[in-house]
Amino acid sequence: MATEIAFPDSAAKAAGAEQEFAPEKMSLSMGPSHPSTHGVLRLQMELDGEVLTKCDPIVGYLHRGDEKIAENMTYNQFVPYTDRLDYLAPLANNMAYAIAVEKLAGLEVPARCQAIRVLTAEMARISAHLMGLGAFGLDVGAWTVLVHSLNQREHLYKLFEELTGARFTTSYTRIGGVSRDVPEGWLGRVIAFCDQFEPALEETLALLTRNKIFQDRTVGVGIITKADALAYGLTGPNLRGSGVALDLRKDRPYSGYEQYEFDVPVGSKGDCYDRYLCRGEEMRQSVRIIRQIVAKFPSGDWYAKDARKIFAPPKDKILTSMEELINNFMIVTEGPQIPAGEVYFEAENPKGALGFYIVSKGGGVPWRMKIRSPSFCNLSILPKVCVGTMMSDVVTLLGSLDFVMGECDR
Amino acid sequence: MSASVDALRALKAKFPQVTDRASRDCPAVDVPTPDLVAALKSLRDEAGFDLLSDLTAIDWAEGATPRFTAVYHLYSTASHAAVRVATPCVGDDAAPAVPSVVDIWPAANWHEREAYDMFGIKFEGHPDLRRILMWDGYPYHPLRKEFPLAGIETALPDLEVAEETQAKVIPAPMVGGPFVASSGEMNLTEAEPRAKDESWNERSAKPQA
Repeated sequence: MATEIAFPDSAAKAAGAEQEFAPEKMSLSMGPSHPSTHGVLRLQMELDGEVLTKCDPIVGYLHRGDEKIAENMTYNQFVPYTDRLDYLAPLANNMAYAIAVEKLAGLEVPARCQAIRVLTAEMARISAHLMGLGAFGLDVGAWTVLVHSLNQREHLYKLFEELTGARFTTSYTRIGGVSRDVPEGWLGRVIAFCDQFEPALEETLALLTRNKIFQDRTVGVGIITKADALAYGLTGPNLRGSGVALDLRKDRPYSGYEQYEFDVPVGSKGDCYDRYLCRGEEMRQSVRIIRQIVAKFPSGDWYAKDARKIFAPPKDKILTSMEELINNFMIVTEGPQIPAGEVYFEAENPKGALGFYIVSKGGGVPWRMKIRSPSFCNLSILPKVCVGTMMSDVVTLLGSLDFVMGECDR
Repeated sequence: MSASVDALRALKAKFPQVTDRASRDCPAVDVPTPDLVAALKSLRDEAGFDLLSDLTAIDWAEGATPRFTAVYHLYSTASHAAVRVATPCVGDDAAPAVPSVVDIWPAANWHEREAYDMFGIKFEGHPDLRRILMWDGYPYHPLRKEFPLAGIETALPDLEVAEETQAKVIPAPMVGGPFVASSGEMNLTEAEPRAKDESWNERSAKPQA
């Protein structure tokens, strides 16, 4: 039975030394360059002993003014900037942005293009979750997980490089299509990746799921209730870990997600362990989606052929036809011609719902573009959920929220 | 889709001043500023829009009326419907204002701070309205249309930054910030801001309580 220890104890009181032992709050600044703040997040905390009494996250160290930049360039020129939002899943960002602009233009891309986009987005989800998992393991002291997950991520990056020409900053989509079709034999290599990834994933997850040390660090730690998660606008695995089955791929299907069968994992307690379990299961489901896409990969066009003033024609046509050359020149210099209006589109990205709110007055440049970044919203719950937790659990909590500051600060 | 149309029809019946707003995707309404909080509260409580997806503002450029519009995107986790609510900001260009909705959705807290930071919109009733992406003490609101992309030139730029970037703008604080130790001949213990703030070191005595 635990003994209750009063402090200052009776001896200290008798000696009139209460003042000396009176609890004193300490302020502690963690970050912006701290290994467990995953980038440049800074937490200004107030501690009573080891327990947090206040937490003020300070963001903006990576602010690059992406929204201002977007107002000053054409729609296609902004695609590389979307890579740098959630730089662990650039392909998913590319897709979300392209669909948002296409919705504004009222443009429907062909089935093959949709399938390519969904395929790459799911691969990006796996790679982002692998990194999140590895970093989370590292935060709580499980070093091996990172080695395993980075190894698998490398396989994915090789596939990305073959498809897009870049490992990290892919800039793959264009408004109305993608930058190139899938290479010969690439789909077979994707399936080969899946075949070796599934057992490897089980092995990696087995290092954590039933690991006593990991469970002690995560079960019951950093509980986010269902009501709090909704009130603070959490999305993605963080919201589903708290028991809300909100997955935009299921609930508001886009880019042909309604054709694929997959389950949405939901947590029960909303603690760090539940969020970890959700991410692990999401990777399994992503593999399931990838296999379905490859099994019935549509033939046909990989860009919208009817989008004359939006998608630049392929190079062979530019070099052989005068009209196509002029069209290409106009698209490059003046941008894809998008009608006036406003649109808000959210895609289910690895970190949560990535939204683009685009206001257009017509022409090739948006009037206003707001990027609703899931990491920004997910972090806003910290002042609420950190109070009363131990200092060492904050590290676990940050790891389980799996945020990216490039996206948070924009 | 129909759930959000129904919700907005009910809203328009309750608030006659609410009008339809042109939209290319989800149903949208314009709400007059005085009705905003009541209208959003009714959308949350009666129509089930429990998730505030996004909150932002638009600058329609100098001379436009209204100059600023605040835009709210709501989502219902039960019916999976989405709506957009827009409201014009009242007040002059220097200090536009709308009521805060932090009491309805705590998620609005950071979004409103961001809109204040970027546009200078005062969210009346916000518990802690300060800058979030730019640093404290930054003098401008950079997403306003009159703010140039390269920044506003200042008479007293940091020469090293100006040489490097060719832009005579206010640089982000690198030295003397909240976490960077001040440079110079100073003792590190003194320069360390934590030590300066509320602790004591070998040179200055512990303050008497």
